[in-house]
Amino acid sequence: MIVLVVALAGGAGAAARFVVDGLLRARSRSAVPVGTMVVNLTGAFALGFLTGWLAGGLPSTAWTVAGTGFLGGYTTFSTASVETALLLERRQWRAALVNAVGMLVAAVALAALGVGCGQLLR
Amino acid sequence: MTDASGDRPDRPDRSHRGEAAAARSPAHRSPRLVAVVAAGGALGTAARYAVSSLAPDDTWPWGTWSVNVVGALGLGVLLGWLALRGPDEGRRREVRLLVGTGFLGGFTTYSALAVETQGLLAAGRDGTALAYALSTAVLGLAASLGGLRIGATGARRLERARSAPEAAGPAAVAPGEQP
Repeated sequence: MIVLVVALAGGAGAAARFVVDGLLRARSRSAVPVGTMVVNLTGAFALGFLTGWLAGGLPSTAWTVAGTGFLGGYTTFSTASVETALLLERRQWRAALVNAVGMLVAAVALAALGVGCGQLLR
Repeated sequence: MTDASGDRPDRPDRSHRGEAAAARSPAHRSPRLVAVVAAGGALGTAARYAVSSLAPDDTWPWGTWSVNVVGALGLGVLLGWLALRGPDEGRRREVRLLVGTGFLGGFTTYSALAVETQGLLAAGRDGTALAYALSTAVLGLAASLGGLRIGATGARRLERARSAPEAAGPAAVAPGEQP
């Protein structure tokens, strides 16, 4: 049964990503796809926060629905990866590097920050 | 009569922007297309959940690792294919939003990649963390580049196969090389 709830949460997350990305894309002139980056960075922080906050003992169902479901559907690796590939094909090396390595390093740092904040609030 | 959408005469900022804005028709403002993305995202998330519940996660996050690489390949194939099939509108845009943005976007995840890498670092397993993050990024990129080519090649082959009956004859004789 939980798979259904996780799927619904993932659908909501994907819809949120679509809207946030669309709004940011319309306002951005950068070569780096800012929409996907903002989605992935905020999602990494939020999942870190959930992990730090719920690690104590809250039912793991909450974590699964919010983390695996919503935030898993909200963030995306495939789009980030294909966008880097397209930047490489257009020979926009710096933007490609920022989109691949920069986003990953920033996401891990924000995840760590999120875990720290979550633990503080526990 | 002036409003093409018919039932929403009060909707702002449509009339004065003219044709250009209408042609771009931001998909994220269409409730129907947002629902298409949500439907694909729900299925993709369920598929990822199924994979991650099957994959052993004790030493290496195999679940996230495999969905991300496979999803990057899939999205490359889809977008490489669609790019050669015609402009991003109508049916093609719906397929992209359902399968690409929705399903494969929901199937893959960046938040888990970041948090799992952070978890490995926090556990003092720096080498594994680096290997996990780097292999996901590098293999994902290679899969996307390869996927874009596979999709484009497939679209070209279909195009050629469809025009083959007429093209086969004249094309067999190289033009301009006759004595």
